[in-house]
Amino acid sequence: MPAAMRKIVTIVEETHQEGECPVTPPSRRAAAIAVIHNPYAGRYQENLADLIDIGEILGALLAERAVAALGIDPHSVESYGKAAAVGADGELEHAAAILHPKFGAPFRKVLGKGPALIPSSKKRGGLGVALDIPLGHKDAAYVRSHFDGMEVRIADAPRAHEILVAVAIATSGRPHPRIGGLTTAQIIGEDGLR
Amino acid sequence: MPDIVLRKTLVQIEEIFHEGGPAPATPLLRGAICAVIRNPFAGAYTEDIAGFMDDLKPLGHDMAARLVAALGGDPARIEGFGKGAIVGEAGELEHGALWHVPGGYAMRELLNGAKAIVPSTKKIGAPGARLDVPVTHINASYVRSHFDSLEIGVPDAPRASELLLALVMTTGPRIHARVGGLTTAEISKHDGLR
Repeated sequence: MPAAMRKIVTIVEETHQEGECPVTPPSRRAAAIAVIHNPYAGRYQENLADLIDIGEILGALLAERAVAALGIDPHSVESYGKAAAVGADGELEHAAAILHPKFGAPFRKVLGKGPALIPSSKKRGGLGVALDIPLGHKDAAYVRSHFDGMEVRIADAPRAHEILVAVAIATSGRPHPRIGGLTTAQIIGEDGLR
Repeated sequence: MPDIVLRKTLVQIEEIFHEGGPAPATPLLRGAICAVIRNPFAGAYTEDIAGFMDDLKPLGHDMAARLVAALGGDPARIEGFGKGAIVGEAGELEHGALWHVPGGYAMRELLNGAKAIVPSTKKIGAPGARLDVPVTHINASYVRSHFDSLEIGVPDAPRASELLLALVMTTGPRIHARVGGLTTAEISKHDGLR
């Protein structure tokens, strides 16, 4: 696996002001993105087991990197999301193989818990393609204040035979949320929805 | 001169393992920190702007320190640097030039009095604009292995009345540098060039 990885990028965003109003404390979120070789680029492969296994490794690795970039206790993460972009010679199904079968369990384990579905997006793109990673509350998907997204990109990836794999985490919802809906105080935290 | 009004910061760290060639024992780190601040001179021509350089000094020092911390915390590991600015559309290119002194000297001081000029670039840009920030060796500009650049940007900045200020640092040469020229071992004149 390490040989198949070309680079890892971490991005930390802190928002101090939104809508001309201070955000106190500043809201913080991080993304960790791996650029890996796509073993199935350029050909049709029925069995995608290798990518599924890579997904399991990356679920833990990227979650750990994102938490480390924020320098926080992993239990203080409130929302999460994941995304992948396959290069020109890959298939959307390759992104799905990484993200869906085995990625979530190790990601959640790093954070301690996470009954909610991990929101995700996937696409095919060229170098520098923007990946909009959806974010949702990790304990209750209906928490409206935490519906969010983080845009990331890497200037030199993905090459045609590569895949970008990303996670995003945040320690709060949007700055100044005020459109109602389920609040964090109302979370039951059992079914992943409310 | 006006206060610094900070809207957000973004720290981006790349850990590069290889680019198709033999992976070195220590991965290369390349990092950038971007700060998005209000441009106090946006929307009108102001003749006397130079005093704002002094106001930017504390921000420059904070950004340099945060970037070194994100790259592992040891200033002695930093071998390359660069800086840049993107001015929102209601501003002037000259406003970006205000970053030269506070951005450059903050890095040099932190990096034990680095001798080389800090390479830079700037432009007027819309939210999400990308900037290729040039990178050269911190003590000798002619070291060929360290000629590099890092693409930076913040998805939602700069707005029309904002400045995006960036510092960039690297921990070593390009990952598979092999085009000759002055090497780090040959630095001898200590004049910032060779």
